[in-house]
Amino acid sequence: MNMPATKMDIETATPAGPAAPVVAMTPKRPPRSETYARMARETAVRVIPPLVVVALLALVWELICRRAGSALPPPSKVFKDTKELILDPFFDHGGIDKGLFWHLSASLQRVALGYSLSAVAGIALGVLVGQSVWAMRGLDPLFQVLRTIPPLAWLPLSLAAFRDGQPSAIFVIFITSIWPIIINTAVGVRNIPQDYRNVAAVVQLNPLEFFGKIMIPAAAPYIFTGLRIGIGLSWLAIVAAEMLIGGVGIGFFIWDAWNSSHISEIILALFYVGIIGFVLDRLIAGLGKIVTRGTAQN
Amino acid sequence: MTAYLKLDHIDKIFTRGAASTEVLKDISLTIEKGEYVSIIGHSGCGKSTLLNIIAGLTGATTGGVLLENREVNSPGPDRAVVFQNHSLLPWLTVYENVRLGVDKVFARTKSRAERDAWVMHNLNLVQMAHAKDKRPSEVSGGMKQRVGIARALAMEPKVLLLDEPFGALDALTRAHLQDSVMALHQKLGNTILMITHDVDEAVLLSDRIVMMTNGPSARIGEVLEVPLARPRKRLELATNTTYLKCRQRVLEFLYERHRFVEAA
Repeated sequence: MNMPATKMDIETATPAGPAAPVVAMTPKRPPRSETYARMARETAVRVIPPLVVVALLALVWELICRRAGSALPPPSKVFKDTKELILDPFFDHGGIDKGLFWHLSASLQRVALGYSLSAVAGIALGVLVGQSVWAMRGLDPLFQVLRTIPPLAWLPLSLAAFRDGQPSAIFVIFITSIWPIIINTAVGVRNIPQDYRNVAAVVQLNPLEFFGKIMIPAAAPYIFTGLRIGIGLSWLAIVAAEMLIGGVGIGFFIWDAWNSSHISEIILALFYVGIIGFVLDRLIAGLGKIVTRGTAQN
Repeated sequence: MTAYLKLDHIDKIFTRGAASTEVLKDISLTIEKGEYVSIIGHSGCGKSTLLNIIAGLTGATTGGVLLENREVNSPGPDRAVVFQNHSLLPWLTVYENVRLGVDKVFARTKSRAERDAWVMHNLNLVQMAHAKDKRPSEVSGGMKQRVGIARALAMEPKVLLLDEPFGALDALTRAHLQDSVMALHQKLGNTILMITHDVDEAVLLSDRIVMMTNGPSARIGEVLEVPLARPRKRLELATNTTYLKCRQRVLEFLYERHRFVEAA
């Protein structure tokens, strides 16, 4: 009885007749409208909560400052007072009577210059301190003391040295933002895994190649943490420095507005300062994300 | 017997503050050209330290390493290392990782196109050419180790140093990679020195097995010849009496005479 049964098994196991046609299946793609709807939903989830909070805050502010005799203007008045500045940021009546665009761009130029210098010098010093034990022993205590000096405390000294507002402001940016860059770079360099150093040693990379091919990519996440803190600090420092040195710049614009009792203009300027600080921070963070794409440990 | 690689009375003492520990004591060994030698011992016996000394990554306290009768005391591509944890640079692709060494070693002797072809040739040897544009994080552990081997081979080392190259891999991948290394050794005739703690791996791959005693002050306890013809087949060896005898000898050494004593 066993035999036929086995035979039958074999027969059923072998494919009978023509094989079933192979149908190429394309993965089902959701209709385009659906993807858009989902994207819109995701954006809404991110955008709506902060908008609601801002609207509520504005409402509270309006209610508090609305009554006559209040020291600060309500948002409606701020908008009414500064409408011209908002709508035409590009006017230039000579001197410091310029649109907000020019003030902001002057400040940004100072920051760009001071910050670039501090990025280059900070990474170089950080590499030195991270790489050499003696450099660390000699320089680290110095850095730890110098970095606690408030930005504006440097200003009189740099004015004395440079005898001009412009380079003094740039120096203040430089000296403010360099410390976190040095310290983070040094930590990053010190934390390069021994494995990578061994690889470099076996391949016999020279110091320059080691710097470019191993050290910078390996320390990049740390370096960018330093750069990000640095850009934040330099934007903090520039407004304060410009208040003192005068000339075109958002800091002096605020000071000037205070002297002329244009409180609404101060509020508008603060709004711009905040937005630009945020954008700068995101810019460096985004750059870091691109540069350190491959560095993440696996 | 011509000494191609010679370890000459190597002692290694680590000093930390006032305390010093002697890790290796009087290690002498000669390795012929084309030979496959394994160093086996319990963990902590200093086998990795010994490999680092040969690679030039660590200095010996006394004694030295001679390669073709010349003393070597700094790292170089003539003693390429395959590291235990692959040590590929995560920001470079598979191709770029191999290319890094090739560009340095053959900077003057090979043109750009030749170097490119040489990288691809070595990736082909380890069957990784298909993944040349992937980053290390995108390939499996076994594949990473293959790339590590390709990177070392591409430097055309006089001695290939393998530091527990299969230790971090699962058993099946390990067997597969061992076969690959055997085939490469057969094909290219490299001189290979491998650190391992796997008895089967040592017997299967080696011409000689160097057994180390437990540290501190680890010495070479015994050197065993493995008189098995090549090419060796894993399955056939499973019942081969010579294989089993060699395996027995190593096991006896490791688990009877020099049993690993857990530090109290």
